Amino acid sequence: MMEWLERNVPKLVLAPSFVAILIFVYGFIGWTAWISLTKSKLMPRYEIDGIGQYTRLFSAPRWDVAMNNLFVFGALFIIISIVIGLMLAIFLDQKIRAEGVLRTIYLYPMALSLIVTGTAWKWILNPGLGIQNMVRGWGFENFTFDWLIQPKMAIYTIVIAAIWQASGFVMALFLAGLRSVDTEIIRAAQVDGIPTHRIYSAIIIPTMAPIFLSAFIVLAHLAIKAFDLVIALTNGGPGYATDLPATYMYAMAFSRGDLGQAAASAMVMMAVIFAIVVPYLYSELRPRRDH
Amino acid sequence: MYMKSVLAASTALMVAAPAFAEPAAEVLHWWTSGSEAKSIAVLQEEFKENGGTWTDMPVAGGGGDAAMTALRARVLSGNAPTAVQLKGPAIQEWYEETGLADISAVAEENGWADVLPDAIADHMKCEGKWCAAPVNVHRVNWIWGNKQILDEQGIEMPTTWDEFNAAAETLKEAGITPLAHGGQAWQDATVFETVVLGLGGPEFYKAALIDLDPEALKSDRMKEVFDEMRILRGYVDDNFSGRDWNLATAMVMNGEAAFQIMGDWAKGEFLAADKVPGTDFVCAPTPGDGYLYNVDSFAFFEVDGQDKQDGQALLAKLIMGPNFQKVFNLNKGSIPARTDVALDDFDDCAKASYDDMQADSADGSLLPSYAHGMALRGAQAGAITDVVTAHFNSDMSSEDAVQQLADAVAASM
Repeated sequence: MMEWLERNVPKLVLAPSFVAILIFVYGFIGWTAWISLTKSKLMPRYEIDGIGQYTRLFSAPRWDVAMNNLFVFGALFIIISIVIGLMLAIFLDQKIRAEGVLRTIYLYPMALSLIVTGTAWKWILNPGLGIQNMVRGWGFENFTFDWLIQPKMAIYTIVIAAIWQASGFVMALFLAGLRSVDTEIIRAAQVDGIPTHRIYSAIIIPTMAPIFLSAFIVLAHLAIKAFDLVIALTNGGPGYATDLPATYMYAMAFSRGDLGQAAASAMVMMAVIFAIVVPYLYSELRPRRDH
Repeated sequence: MYMKSVLAASTALMVAAPAFAEPAAEVLHWWTSGSEAKSIAVLQEEFKENGGTWTDMPVAGGGGDAAMTALRARVLSGNAPTAVQLKGPAIQEWYEETGLADISAVAEENGWADVLPDAIADHMKCEGKWCAAPVNVHRVNWIWGNKQILDEQGIEMPTTWDEFNAAAETLKEAGITPLAHGGQAWQDATVFETVVLGLGGPEFYKAALIDLDPEALKSDRMKEVFDEMRILRGYVDDNFSGRDWNLATAMVMNGEAAFQIMGDWAKGEFLAADKVPGTDFVCAPTPGDGYLYNVDSFAFFEVDGQDKQDGQALLAKLIMGPNFQKVFNLNKGSIPARTDVALDDFDDCAKASYDDMQADSADGSLLPSYAHGMALRGAQAGAITDVVTAHFNSDMSSEDAVQQLADAVAASM
């Protein structure tokens, strides 16, 4: 009896959450997929109708803008955050004084809600109230920084705010990575008279490859699910120039009574996430030959 | 003998009991701001005075997105509220999804058909039966002006869009922002529909934004509308992105801008700041003929139980009652949907709106506002708004805009 319990208690404890995940995650993914193939409007309908919702989705200019924005935002946000995070980490790694204080300062934005970040940057970037107004007040009358109201540039304001939020966190990741590099190797390199920048580029950074991958995965999913930042900073505007797939889906499901469209856009978003996460899972979970 | 009469009496009581059940109503609405909450409290009081039990179900969040989500959940679980704040074609959409209660008995008993303009009465019917009750009428195509600025610059309220453009140029030269506007899609849509009505007239408005006639959507007239939208964009200051409508109204109030194109809820802002119509601010219909309305109403869902059905009947009767229509609209800033309410306590703008509503109802130019969900279903209205706001906020040409408009409408069907 005891033996049976010992073997099965873990399974029994895990079973409820396993069932819950099966229903509330995978079950509802299936439900959304089903709805995306129907003509659902205000309320879900269950007669399968075909891929009409997807055809509609891909012919909508607004969805085009949303997907383009996702790629622009995603690419810039991930690359710049990693670069800035790495730079900060390297500078902080130089055994400077007050490192703890600086680390806290850089990490602090991550503690803020994206809504707060968005609202604060909304005022900073507003041409009549923020940076533009301030610099003009200093006497540079021709200074212009009105990206927030330029449809073509507005998406970059979201990139700026998102980088401000996330690069401190990336820095923390890299800092941990830098500290875990074997000091013996570095010391040996220093003894050989190799300049510091070469030590970083040839020894330290390559050994941190897994950290790059983790940073990438964290930032990529932040980018794809980005919603609150856009809502607070531009509310998708000007026009719908800063719409992202998530805000598109929200508008369709809750403002327009178009559940079928919303479901179709959700499925496409999931496909994008899968395209990024599946290779990662594959590389993590495949049996390692070298052990 | 005695036993028998007791039995008879108690049987009679049991039979009669359902008829004596208190009317009960659970009312889902999103009137949660100060003046709105005060307005709905009037109805709540009247309902209680008539012996009813009122269960309030307010869902915060302007525009009602959250309320509609709550409603969807309730209907899916088979437990619809007694009455729900719904308006325009959404009433018909819900009718098609779930069916709505028939309140024709109340409507006929109280002669609704005689006191409501035909256009508004039509919104309250589902396949010929009454299924909703209107509480107010907002006029959408208003233009509000700062009296002091207009007097200083010698500008009359414009009656054509050319006059408006000329006035705006004068104001611009004087260093005043001509048009206060907020950068939200629905505000762009509000201005757009007033221009469609003003440049095209009621017939064109009907063809383009109600019947969605592709010819009208791609017509030269529609190009002119987008041309005018581009001109109007030039009269708006640079900081308008994301600005709320009431902040734009405040700009007119404080003399930072001369005009605002907005429905009569803007009047509530002026009045709340103790401004007087005619001396501090002026109101006039936007250039052109016609009246665009936005009617708030309550739709009645099918419910089980005599008490709830009685509650629906009582609620419907009270909503259309002359007293509620008057008190509610004095609080809310709109005008009664009934055409037989004395307007002595209302301000001049409301009186003008009321007279116009009756006159325009007679000649068929009383039209539903598309920007406020009265003319079209969500998907179509949204498709049009997407194009309008994309055009207004970019350098898209009018030719591209009409093409996109026609395509977007076709795709949303």
